[in-house]
Amino acid sequence: MPRSGPLDAALSAGGLHSRLSDAASGVGVTLRGVRRIYPTGLEAVASLDLTIEAGAFVAFLGPSGCGKSTLLRLIAGLDQPTDGSITFSRAASGASVAFVFQDPHLMPWRRVLENAALPLELAGVGERDRKDRAMAALEEVGLADAAVRYPRELSGGMRMRVSLARALVTRPALLLLDEPFAALDELTRRMLDDQLRALWQKLGMTVLFVTHTLSEASYLAERAIVFSKSPARVVADHTLALPREREHALRSTPAFLAEEQTLYEALVRGEAT
Amino acid sequence: MGAFLERALPPTLALGGFLAIWEVLTRALDVPAYLVPPPSAVLAAALQEPSTLLVGAMTTGRAALVGFAFSCAFGILAAITLATSRRLERAFYPYTVFLQTVPIVAIAPLLVLWFGPGLRAVAVSAFIVSVFPIIANTLAGLRSVDPALRDLFRLYGASRLATLVKLELPSAIPEIVTGLRVAAGLSVIGTIVGEFVAGFAEGAPGLGIVVLTSYRQLRTDVLFAAVLTAAGLGFTLFALVNAVGRLLLRRWHASELSR
Ligand SMILES: Nc1ncnc2c1ncn2[C@@H]1O[C@H](COP(=O)(O)OP(=O)(O)OP(=O)(O)O)[C@@H](O)[C@H]1O
Ligand SMILES: [Mg+2]
Repeated sequence: MPRSGPLDAALSAGGLHSRLSDAASGVGVTLRGVRRIYPTGLEAVASLDLTIEAGAFVAFLGPSGCGKSTLLRLIAGLDQPTDGSITFSRAASGASVAFVFQDPHLMPWRRVLENAALPLELAGVGERDRKDRAMAALEEVGLADAAVRYPRELSGGMRMRVSLARALVTRPALLLLDEPFAALDELTRRMLDDQLRALWQKLGMTVLFVTHTLSEASYLAERAIVFSKSPARVVADHTLALPREREHALRSTPAFLAEEQTLYEALVRGEAT
Repeated sequence: MGAFLERALPPTLALGGFLAIWEVLTRALDVPAYLVPPPSAVLAAALQEPSTLLVGAMTTGRAALVGFAFSCAFGILAAITLATSRRLERAFYPYTVFLQTVPIVAIAPLLVLWFGPGLRAVAVSAFIVSVFPIIANTLAGLRSVDPALRDLFRLYGASRLATLVKLELPSAIPEIVTGLRVAAGLSVIGTIVGEFVAGFAEGAPGLGIVVLTSYRQLRTDVLFAAVLTAAGLGFTLFALVNAVGRLLLRRWHASELSR
């Protein structure tokens, strides 16, 4: 059954033929008393209240297995909460959502361009238009040259960028990333961090970013939410007092290190509860 | 060219050596030709009766192809249907195993009763023997789709059909090809067995019939030639499926890389 999903609404809102340079604005997310108890009886998220403003860049931190991925899947609508509600600031279906997993999860039988165009293809966008837009998304992540290659012919970092391009191609109002760069080397990761941050500044979508790396969270996000160990509760909800323009030099400033320390202490507290 | 020689030479030498030893042993030990004819005698028989073998290969090949084609169509469709729901799979999959375990020789007379002797009964026999590996492998392929990609399709509101065509079938291709490879050889086996029981109808006897008649006449050399022809037929079908599989998978799947 074809669903007239959030994507359609966002596509028509943005104009089907708009080029990628058009900025999509973010969507706000409100969680009220959200719980998730798995059929196994395990409570992964316990009665969570959270408000995320439109256009925010929020990092989710917390011990392994505390329920971050579960939370992200709930927000994406890939899983349903046992209790509580998740609402979006625009009309119920007004948010287009994109998801980036820890691994690229590309379709190996498709070329890079066709991988990046997948979301548009599923939304029924015509071939010419979707190829143009996928190409523009690949340009944004610096992969225009690799468009006709197959995923197996790319390095891990390049594949992750294709995955990012695939997520950005619909101009999502909400971008969810679950430890997206965790498997990459430090240099590649920092480069992708910079690209992501720049794209966020350019496009203005809401970004929820799960990471285990404190410096990555501090460097990228405007706000960091630290969860306790399972079931996830908010231990700290911290607005990072850092300049909007982030450069690598920032990482060694006292302000940055202090923020990192704050998050670290919150993590320790969450582990102790 | 050098690479081709490198690949073709070892099996050719092995075959040559094997045939030479066979020839020498049968002659040296004076083995009666009705027990084990020397390769030269088999070759002579094949050259003597080229039309018998050729006609046999055509008849058998046609029945095997028909059976195999039905196996592909039915097997893949059945797997797609079973994959739509766990309940459906639980209800019917155990009975497809039946196709695998049914002794084809025992039910071949039934096939003659139902379909009449000749091509139809023989092709059904080929179908029964070869369909299960296609169902089982296709089903396994459809079931083992990357769950993250499934989530992605769900996130973007993909229809059931789009998910099948754009995600499930392409990612199942390696398993489907594996199933087809196994089925290709089996379909020839099923044809020969079917011919033993049901192949007497038509003017052009298949290889199974050639095997039976030459056995009754103690023409072991012709029997050998017929068996080898049947094996060659199975191999050809297998190679064909292999080539198609390679074409489909060469750019992306590990099984066809670095070749
Ligand atoms: N489908 C599922 N069924 C049952 N339990 C699950 C399921 N998915 C996750 N869990 C459990 O829920 C808890 C939270 O898992 P989740 O994947 O959300 O943690 P996480 O915070 O993302 O961990 P990590 O940082 O290691 O990725 C874990 O104990 C996990 O075992
Ligand atoms: Mg996780």
